[in-house]
Amino acid sequence: MDAGHTERSTRRTPRRWRAALVGLTAAALVLAGCSSDGGGADDATSGAGETGDASEAAPAATDDQATSATDDAGESGGETVTVGMLTTLSGNAAYLGEDTQKGFQLALDLAGADDVELVVEDDAQDAEAAQGLADRMVSRDGAQIMTGIVFSDIANAVVPTVLEQDMLYLSTNAGPSTFAGEGCDANYFSVSYQNDNPAEATGEWVKEQGHANVVAAAPNYQAGQDSVNGFRRTFGELQNEFYTELGATDYAQTIAQIRDEDPDAVYFFYPGGMGIAFVQQYIESGLAEEIPIYGPTFSFDETLVDAIGEAAVGLQNGSFWAPDLDNPANQEFVEAYREANGATPTNYAAQGYDTGRLLLSALDTVGYDVSDTEALREAVAAADFDSVRGDFSFGTNQHPVQDWYILEVVAGEEDGDYTNQVVEKVLDDHVDAYASECSLGDG
Amino acid sequence: MELFLEQTLNGLQAGFTLLMISSGLTLIFGMLGILNLAHGSLFMIGAFVAADVAARTGNFLVALLAGVAGAALAGILMETLVIRFLYQRDHLDQVLATLGLVLMANQGVQMVWGIAPRTLARPSWLEGSVSLFGLQYPIYRLAIILAGIATVVVLWALINRTKVGMWILAGNTHRELLGALGVNVTLLYTGVFALGAALAGFAGVVSSPYLTVEAGMGDNFLILSFVVIVIGGIGSIKGAVYGSLILGLADAWGQTYLPMLVGEFTDPSTAAAIGSSLGSASIYLAMVVVLLVRPRGLYGAPSG
Repeated sequence: MDAGHTERSTRRTPRRWRAALVGLTAAALVLAGCSSDGGGADDATSGAGETGDASEAAPAATDDQATSATDDAGESGGETVTVGMLTTLSGNAAYLGEDTQKGFQLALDLAGADDVELVVEDDAQDAEAAQGLADRMVSRDGAQIMTGIVFSDIANAVVPTVLEQDMLYLSTNAGPSTFAGEGCDANYFSVSYQNDNPAEATGEWVKEQGHANVVAAAPNYQAGQDSVNGFRRTFGELQNEFYTELGATDYAQTIAQIRDEDPDAVYFFYPGGMGIAFVQQYIESGLAEEIPIYGPTFSFDETLVDAIGEAAVGLQNGSFWAPDLDNPANQEFVEAYREANGATPTNYAAQGYDTGRLLLSALDTVGYDVSDTEALREAVAAADFDSVRGDFSFGTNQHPVQDWYILEVVAGEEDGDYTNQVVEKVLDDHVDAYASECSLGDG
Repeated sequence: MELFLEQTLNGLQAGFTLLMISSGLTLIFGMLGILNLAHGSLFMIGAFVAADVAARTGNFLVALLAGVAGAALAGILMETLVIRFLYQRDHLDQVLATLGLVLMANQGVQMVWGIAPRTLARPSWLEGSVSLFGLQYPIYRLAIILAGIATVVVLWALINRTKVGMWILAGNTHRELLGALGVNVTLLYTGVFALGAALAGFAGVVSSPYLTVEAGMGDNFLILSFVVIVIGGIGSIKGAVYGSLILGLADAWGQTYLPMLVGEFTDPSTAAAIGSSLGSASIYLAMVVVLLVRPRGLYGAPSG
């Protein structure tokens, strides 16, 4: 009894603290849940709000077009085709999705395609929410063809369920190796590239520049790993590689590690807001004067170099396209885009535009009848359109066979405006490394 | 050696940022007994107000003052409208109510400032880097470390050298007595909450140049702050100081040296992948070690 009593009295005093600890643990759990799931749901609702605007805006644009281009409309005669665009429209990579949408919309507007309805949703870079949105776009909005995903981890989560429903998925950006090799699918077309390609072009160039010891930095997710693998494929062995959390904006530690490695050059893959943060902090650290940085075009798109400013001039990157690429389709696109949006298009806009034009060419072939997936698939595979990148065709795994260039950041015509210019072609009619593993061509 | 110095400075910079947030959190908990999940929202509100004012005036110092004032004002509103009614309730009620505040704040900033993320540039007079023992180190990061040291000094002086500090210490253990002595406890509580909010807002503004100013930007810092006050001992400001610095350094060193350690056993790309995950886990490892040795945290009250 006595022992019991003492135990009780020692227990009474700290009860407040014990309760606090329990509360704290509960709080941490709730919050952790909140930042992943709850946050996702939260984002999804805000996404829905945003979509309200976006889908209102998009048909509005097509309505305008309809009044101005009624003459063309009569010809196709078929019913309206609904295209579902699931893309990233919030967070620090929001402009990637916005540009994709603008490019795609421009293709529709220029063609006066009022038989195509574009439904847009924001994936908020949340794979779980994106799956739900994709289902809803198909079942509620009646999307018949899907497109638009920016980030590879979202594509990996959403695309399989789209393909299962015997629908076509046209990738405007993400080109994970998942769907390029053994996992290739008759209904999956990458209109952009395979993720490794931009890195392969950059790797080839960095090797030609005579840099021997190179380190790589990338976010720790599929496209980051694909990118470093691609670089290694053409460049050779790397001195070291650093992976950071996806979406991170503080690169102090990575920069300290790069300084310690003291390489001849740095290869980095940081799209969107991550790239702005990385390059600004790299310059701030004083390293930029000693060790040059190279990257794929995603680390140097027009929005990104505008944010970095003068310090970005001269930086080189690998790409399949540049605003100054010399072909008629591209000149028409860049001019029309500048007129419509008051800015030089980014590669994301070019990809959206090409995807839109490819789809329209295929819809023309099948007379806007998408019920026969087989026929539509063949029409898309024919790639019967003038791409803004010049040569364009699909390989056996339905990924592009295209040329790759090295670009350099230059000052634009207006003050404070920066853009990319072609330096030279590094890879000709390049086929991705996974095509041979795909069995689509065999059948 | 250069790497060690740079990572130590990075660790200190992260630690001092965390200190500004967690000292307010622990102060509010120690005195008011409130688990304030919305503390991260005050961090976010400070950043949003500063980004807005900086965009209008182009002056970083004005933006900093506005951000701190905005967060303090938001704190006063929170305390008088919601928190005040929770002092007598149990911790679960407090968690639910303050979680509600988090959701409202996240939606609120989106309603006021839109969903597009904003940025806050560091002032031009803190750009570039200086040479420190042969290492080029960003001036702005050094400035954050100095601001952190200043925060510690001011807090120490406030609590140990002023009458208000005495009330705060007394309020931790003898609230009723404090009221009986004629101190306006209601006002004191509001003041302490506003002080914690201002500190969170200050942290939000100074760390914004390395962050994206967007809804939910404070959530991650809040979770880390909870780890800090568990390490430091709940309610102890001294503990929050040491806890923050331990966490900052554990993260910086862990992110650097754990991948190197793993690299001894595997090929570079696997090592990079495993190592960076292990590096992120190092702060929780530090928490486990501290709790094993001192279950109440470094400066936790031994028996309430």
